[in-house]
Amino acid sequence: MSAIGRTLSVLTRVAGSEFIGRVGLRRPAQELASRAVRGSVALGAAATRGFQALSGPSEAARLATPKARDRFDLTPTDEQVMIRTTAARVARDHFRGAAMGASEACSAPAEVMTKLEDLGLMHYAIPEALGGAGNESSPVTNAIVAEALAYGDMGLALAALSPVGVVNALVRWGSASQQATYLPKFLEQSGLPAALALMEPQPLADPFSLRTRATAARSGFTLRGKKALVPLSETANLFLVSARVEGNRPELFLVERDAPGVTVRAAPAMGLRAASLGSLELADVPVEAGALLGEGGGGDFYEEMIDRARIGWCALATGTAQAVLDYVIEYCNGRAAFGEPITNRQAVAFMIADIAIELESMRLLTLRAASRAEQGLAFHRETYLARLLSAEKAVEIGTNGVQLLGGHGYVKEHPVERWYRDLAAVGLMEGGFVV
Amino acid sequence: MPINLEISKTLATFAQQAHEVAEHVFRPISRKYDRAEHQYPVELDMLAKVMDGMREGAGHGVGAVGRAKHEPTNGAAREVRNGSNMAAVLGMTELCWGDVGLALTIPRQGLGNAAIAAVANEEQMQRFQGRWAAMAITEPEAGSDSASIKTTARLDGDHYVIDGEKIFVTCGERADAIVVWATLDKTLGRAAIKPFVVEKGTPGLEVVRLDKKLGIRASDTATIRLTECRVPRENLLGNPDVGVDRGFAGVMKTFDNTRPIVAAMSIGVACAALERTKELLASEGIITDYKSSFYRAAAAEAELYRLEAELEAARLLTLKAAWMADNGLPNSKEASMAKAKAGRVGNAITLRCVELCSSAGYGETELLEKWARDSKILDIFEGTEQIQLLIVARRLLGKSSDQLK
Repeated sequence: MSAIGRTLSVLTRVAGSEFIGRVGLRRPAQELASRAVRGSVALGAAATRGFQALSGPSEAARLATPKARDRFDLTPTDEQVMIRTTAARVARDHFRGAAMGASEACSAPAEVMTKLEDLGLMHYAIPEALGGAGNESSPVTNAIVAEALAYGDMGLALAALSPVGVVNALVRWGSASQQATYLPKFLEQSGLPAALALMEPQPLADPFSLRTRATAARSGFTLRGKKALVPLSETANLFLVSARVEGNRPELFLVERDAPGVTVRAAPAMGLRAASLGSLELADVPVEAGALLGEGGGGDFYEEMIDRARIGWCALATGTAQAVLDYVIEYCNGRAAFGEPITNRQAVAFMIADIAIELESMRLLTLRAASRAEQGLAFHRETYLARLLSAEKAVEIGTNGVQLLGGHGYVKEHPVERWYRDLAAVGLMEGGFVV
Repeated sequence: MPINLEISKTLATFAQQAHEVAEHVFRPISRKYDRAEHQYPVELDMLAKVMDGMREGAGHGVGAVGRAKHEPTNGAAREVRNGSNMAAVLGMTELCWGDVGLALTIPRQGLGNAAIAAVANEEQMQRFQGRWAAMAITEPEAGSDSASIKTTARLDGDHYVIDGEKIFVTCGERADAIVVWATLDKTLGRAAIKPFVVEKGTPGLEVVRLDKKLGIRASDTATIRLTECRVPRENLLGNPDVGVDRGFAGVMKTFDNTRPIVAAMSIGVACAALERTKELLASEGIITDYKSSFYRAAAAEAELYRLEAELEAARLLTLKAAWMADNGLPNSKEASMAKAKAGRVGNAITLRCVELCSSAGYGETELLEKWARDSKILDIFEGTEQIQLLIVARRLLGKSSDQLK
């Protein structure tokens, strides 16, 4: 199927969905579809096989910044309501049921991942000029989607959003030729599994203090080092790898899976198992100069990218924490002890109230960081605080979720033990989903 | 329009006005009235006049602080508002950055005024305009359990005759009037509890004593006794009918509107403590630039980040609750969430700041020890943290007060 045909088919499904009509979101859906078609026409049939560098347009295509009103407002836009509703449905109908199996198999089932096509995430992430349907960059929308999907399962959400995060980075900072080389692949039928590889194996790992090195070589760089907790280790063909260049400056490199010296291994962890976490070893991997994201100047946007990914983690944590809250409310209300529901007792009820309070705190800090990023305001401080709070509260909510179910929380009959494991990742993970 | 959690320029300007008041009126006299408990801060009469002027000059000047009210909804899609509730929250945060006790004793900004704004009819609104009204709910035997108050009101001709004792009446001595909550029929529980405006000087109304307190010493806290105190029947605020939950709903409505304001007070004093602590620690080389990896930062620096994150959470929860009220959205749960969070983290922050600053924190040369004393009340009055958790939990779990006690 051609690019335009494929775009049309995905978006027609979104726009025509009975569900969308029922929730009164037909109009925003139609507007998105119309933009998508314009984008595909602009692209024509530029897509070719393989990762050949394309000359393409001489200037990189970027997404616009949405205009904000000078007013505090927590109301999502119609588009955000539509995409959140659709994402929530996928999370509820498909992710939740598949989560345990995916966790055991350390793999996200293809048939579940195809359900995401109704969301058209890739299409909205890629600018019209490159065949997508995107016109504005919205970290807030991205955070809303991440939260909604992680409500179903954080591991599957990470698997789904990992390539979108790479796309967001390419759209924001990639050069024209990097965009032309890779972005059309993401819109193809098979997609392009891709992931950020930022984590390193040493304790106290810090993305601003990297051990992986990129040394200048004749026609580019040589990469050497190890990366850990890399999502999609099973399938990813493209990695965005952090490494320090001369002067200890962190930079990002586009590294293909089949490059010489690259070894990818499955390395399952405590949680997020559906995302096929793995390790990436770089043994003197030669990359072209053109593999440097943005072709230099990464020092300028590296911190911003780390921050955008941290917002992604906060949003994922919020979704899973909301899942915990809803689950413990239902379970504890139905659980009787000493002749009445255990929620008639303050010791239980107050724990649940605290989950709700801290969860809302996480959500608001995350939204503020995302909305500042969206408006082009400085957002490093807000992200730092959001991440700090989310890390602490996510672990607390995870452990209290299990506690509230008692022994039943500890066995795999209920999902709270999985959420416990997933939420423990929030304080340590980097990369993942760049919003 | 996109989601935006920034403060508008209009409200930021307004908050800045309040900050000026806090900095130039409250801070210079803060320690003076902490020491001279029960002495009336005469400087505030000037301030009250200035604030009246500000209120008349602008749509909502600093004078609007404490006057939050629930905005009506029109059903149809309407412009998103950043109105009086948000203004009240932002203004009160700044005033309490200056001094919580003084903010509580600004003439004509009493809690009773909030009750009048929430439940009075038009005629009463007119009649009581410009009065400084305190609020009297708590009794020696009824604190958080305000439904079990024993103060009675019985109709006798054109008057209600009120009998009972009230404690913890903020501005009880200084205010022009006191909104007294009394029951028309003890057997009917909360449905019969009504608010009455009792003017100062009414025979039978007596200020028994003023309490000495841990903090907010600039604010007078009175015990009052009502002995066959006759008030005109038209001083009953709102609907006189003894309907199911109607009277009590009035109390609750008042608190839905004022909880975010008390949360804001806690945020203000915590903000003052954190800001001063950062200044003092900077001279010891502790700089919070959000650059260090959390676990590589000095313990004091990391602690400052942690406190700041909690403060920011309280601030956003509070703004959300106020924003909902401004836009006619039911916010009882959110108001309680904000109050619970802000009350506890505000208190925890001020105490930790005392510790971080060592002798400067604990001694009286700085205001840090005072802020740590002042902040404690904010986790207690207008519903303790535990009462807020009860309200939140009942809403989340769909429980009545009989089920979740």
